[in-house]
Amino acid sequence: MATLQVSNVHSSYQKHVVLKGLDLTVEKGEIVALLGPSGCGKTTLLRAIAGLQSISAGEIKINGKAVVSDNEFVASEKRGIGMIFQDYALFPHLTVAENVLFGVKLADKASKAARLENMLALVKLDGLGERYPHELSGGQQQRVSIARALAYEPEVLLLDEPFSNIDAKVRREMMLEIRNILKSHNISAVFVTHSKDEAFVFADKLALFNQGQIVQCGDAERLYLRPEDKYVADFLGASNYLEATVIADKRVSTLIGDIESDQQLKATVGSEVELLLRPQQLQIARSESGVGEVIERRFLGSVCQYLVSIGSKTLDIHSEYLDIKIGEKVAITTTLHGLVLL
Amino acid sequence: MILGLAKRWSVASYTLALLIVMPLVALILQSFLPDEAVFGHLMATVLPTYISNTLLLIFWVVIGALIFAIPAAWLVAKCRFPGRNIFQWALLLPLAMPAYVVAYVYTDLFDYAGPVQRTLRSLFSWQTPHDYYFPQVRSLGGAAIMLALVLFPYIYLLARTAFMEQSTSLGHAARVMGCSPWKSFWRLSLPMARPALAVGATLVAMETAADFATVSYFAVPTLTTAVYDTWFEYGSLTAAAKLSTIMLFVVFAMVGFERFARRKQQLFQKQSAPGELDYFCLNGAKAFAATGYCFILLALAFMLPFAILLQYAWGYFAESWNAKFFEYSFNSLWISLVVSLVCVCIGIVLMFVRRVSPHKADMLPSRLASTGYALPGTVLAIGILVPFTQLDFAINDLAYYFGLQEPGLILTGSSFILICAFCIRFAAIAIGSIENSYKRISPSLDMASVTLGLTPKSLLARVHIPLLRKGIFAGLLLVFIECMKELPAALLLRPIGFENLATYVFQFVSDEQLEHGALAAIVIVLVGLVPLIYLNHSLEQEK
Repeated sequence: MATLQVSNVHSSYQKHVVLKGLDLTVEKGEIVALLGPSGCGKTTLLRAIAGLQSISAGEIKINGKAVVSDNEFVASEKRGIGMIFQDYALFPHLTVAENVLFGVKLADKASKAARLENMLALVKLDGLGERYPHELSGGQQQRVSIARALAYEPEVLLLDEPFSNIDAKVRREMMLEIRNILKSHNISAVFVTHSKDEAFVFADKLALFNQGQIVQCGDAERLYLRPEDKYVADFLGASNYLEATVIADKRVSTLIGDIESDQQLKATVGSEVELLLRPQQLQIARSESGVGEVIERRFLGSVCQYLVSIGSKTLDIHSEYLDIKIGEKVAITTTLHGLVLL
Repeated sequence: MILGLAKRWSVASYTLALLIVMPLVALILQSFLPDEAVFGHLMATVLPTYISNTLLLIFWVVIGALIFAIPAAWLVAKCRFPGRNIFQWALLLPLAMPAYVVAYVYTDLFDYAGPVQRTLRSLFSWQTPHDYYFPQVRSLGGAAIMLALVLFPYIYLLARTAFMEQSTSLGHAARVMGCSPWKSFWRLSLPMARPALAVGATLVAMETAADFATVSYFAVPTLTTAVYDTWFEYGSLTAAAKLSTIMLFVVFAMVGFERFARRKQQLFQKQSAPGELDYFCLNGAKAFAATGYCFILLALAFMLPFAILLQYAWGYFAESWNAKFFEYSFNSLWISLVVSLVCVCIGIVLMFVRRVSPHKADMLPSRLASTGYALPGTVLAIGILVPFTQLDFAINDLAYYFGLQEPGLILTGSSFILICAFCIRFAAIAIGSIENSYKRISPSLDMASVTLGLTPKSLLARVHIPLLRKGIFAGLLLVFIECMKELPAALLLRPIGFENLATYVFQFVSDEQLEHGALAAIVIVLVGLVPLIYLNHSLEQEK
C-alpha cells in the first residue's frame, strides 16, 4: 500500500486557483521531489498534505486512511506528519533536547532519554542537547529540525525547501547525509524545491509542476532523457530543438544531416516533428566543408560550451575542449541515443 | 493557520470584542434620543463656543508641539553637541508629567500674585494690574502652551526616528548638488519625515481633545468639559451622549487622517535603507545654541515643574504622608493591576484567534477591540454609563419582581464600572503590544507545533505564551501606567467616596492647594517614568 496517495486535488486561494486536479503516489520509503518554479503550487500541495491548507476537492490518503476528502477532515495534529521548514522552525525558547522531544509522547523518562540520544546520534549532534537553537550553525539547526521530526516517528516526512538557507559549499554534503538517514530508516518523504540540482541529488522520483498541475512524474533520468513536452525538457536542462522529418522507423532527417535512433520512434514515417537534442548529445569537429560556424566559445572547466550557427539557427553544444576558434567551420554529429520527438 | 479550529475560539473573541464596543454603540444610540430641554439650550447658547474652543485648542497645541519638537528631534538625530546623549532620552520625560500639574505650577509662577509678576512690580514699581500688560496664564493660549509642553515628546520621538532612518547617501547627494545643511533640512529631511510628523501630530491632537483637567483648571470650556458638566450639573445622559458623539466625529476624523498619513509612511521607509550614520559636529556658538535650546525645553517642560513639586512635597511632607495617601495609592495600585491583567488576557485571546484562525472574519475582533483607545475618557465614561445604568435598573426590577431585596446600584455604584471602563479604554495597548510580539514569531513554528501533535490550547500555552512574554510584560506595564494616570473617566465613574491618586491630585489642583497633593503627583510622575525608560531601552536595542 502506498504511504501517501493524492487524488484529483483542487485548491483555490482568494479566488485564485492554485491546484488543478493533482494526482501523486508516494510508496513506502520513497523520496519524491515536487519540483517547479515559485508560485506553481508545490508548497500548497505540501501544506494540504500536512492539513495546514484546505483543499476544495479531491482526496488525500495516508497509509490508506483518508485524511481529507469530501466528507472527512483529520486535523494536522492527528495526521502523524513530520515537517521540515525553510527557516527550520525551531522553538527559540527551548533547548535542542526539548525541541527534539517536543512531539514525543512516551511516558517514562528512560525511553525518552534513549530516544533523544538516538536522534542526536543519528544527526551527529551528540552532546549538544543543552544548547539553544541560536547557539547552533544553520546546518546544525537543520539537523535538529530533522531529529525533531523523526523523533515523532511520522508516517511521512514533508520537507519545504529545506536546503535553501544552507551555504552552497556544504549543501550537497548535507543533502546526501540526510538522504542516507531517511533511506536507512525507510522513511517516505515529500520534498519541495525549485532547484533541479537539489531534486536530482535528493529524490528518487520527481514530480514536475506547472501552474498547479503535475506535468510529468517519474525518475530523474526519465524526465531528463525522455521528457513529454518542452516545458519538462527546458526545466531540467539546456535543450536544442531541430525541425526534423521522420524518414524511417529509426531515422530522421534534419538540417545537420540524417540522425539514427537506437530505439523505435514514436512518430510515423513522413511526419514533421521537432527533435530534442541536449547540448552534450551533440559533437563538433573542425571541417572546411562543415555546415556550422562557431560564433561563441566559453570554457566551463569540465566541458567547453560552443554556440554554433547553422543558417539562422544557433545550437548550444557541450563538448570536450577542442582548439577551435570563433569563425571556424565545423561538422556536427550526434551520439547514438533514443531520439526524443516533441 | 489551524484548519478546523474549534468554533468556541471565534465565539470567545467576538464576545470580547462586542463587550468592548458596547459603550460606543450605546453612546451613538443614546444620542439619537430627543432631549430638547438641555441640548437645545446648549445649542442655542454655548455649544458653538465649545466647539470652536476645542478646535482652536487642538490647532494651537499641535502647532506648539511641532515648534518645540522638530528642532529638538533634528538636532538629536543629525548633530553632535554637548549633552546630546542625555537629551536624546531626557526629552521624553515631559510625557510623564500630567498637564494639569504643569499648568498649576506655571499659574502659580506667572499669576498676579506669583513671584514673576511680584518681581516685575517691585523692579518697575508698578502698583496695579492696569499699570502694565502681562499675558493671562489662565486662557486658551496658556492651556495650549501647557499641553504642548507635555505632549511634544510624541512628535519628538517619531520625528527623531524618522530623521535617523533617513539614508545618509540622500544627504550626500543633496550636498554635492549644492544644498547647504540648512537647505537640505527644508528640502529633504523635513518632507521625508512628513508622515511621521503627521502621525505624531495626530497623537497630540487626540490627547488634546481628550484633556479634561487642564482646560477645566483654566476654565476654558471645551467639548470635554461640556460633557462632564452636562452629566454632573444637568444630569442629562442624552445631552452628554450627543456632545460625546460630536467629539467622536472630531476624533475619528483625526484617526482617519492618521491612517492616511501612515499609508504613505510605508512607502517612504521602503526607499530609505538605513545607511552609515553621518553627523554634523557642532561647536562654538552653534553647539551652545543647540544645547541651550534642548536644555530650556527640558527645563520648562519637566525639570522646573518637577523641582517645584519636590519643593511642595518637602514643605508639606508631614501633612501629605498620611493614611489617605496610602489608601488612595492602594486604590490606584489594585485597580491598575486588575485592569492590566484583564487587558493582557483579552489581548492574548484576540491575537491568538486572529493568528491561527482560518476564517477571515476572525481578523475583525482585535480591530474592533482597539477602538476603545480612540475614545476620550469622558466620552467613554458616558458611553459605559448608558448600558450599565440600564442593567442596574433591570437587576433591581428583577429583584423586585421576585420579591427579593433590591440590591441598589451594584454596577454603576461600585468600582466595577471603573474597572470595565479602564479595560475598554486600554485593551488596545495590550493588543498592540502583543501584536508586535506576534510579528516576530515565525508562522512555521505554528505549523511545526501542529504537525507535531499540539492542540490549539497547548500551542498557545507551550509555544506562543513563552515566546510572547516580552510583549505581554510590556503590555502589562503600559496598561498599568495608563490606569494610574487616567483622570477624566475616573472622575466621572468613581463610586461616591472613592478616590485614587489621579482624582486626589486633581482635587487639590482644583482647590488651589497642590502643595498637599504634591507627594501623590510625584508618585504619578515616577510611575510614568517607568515606561519611558522601557520604551527608550527597547528602541536602543532595536538599533
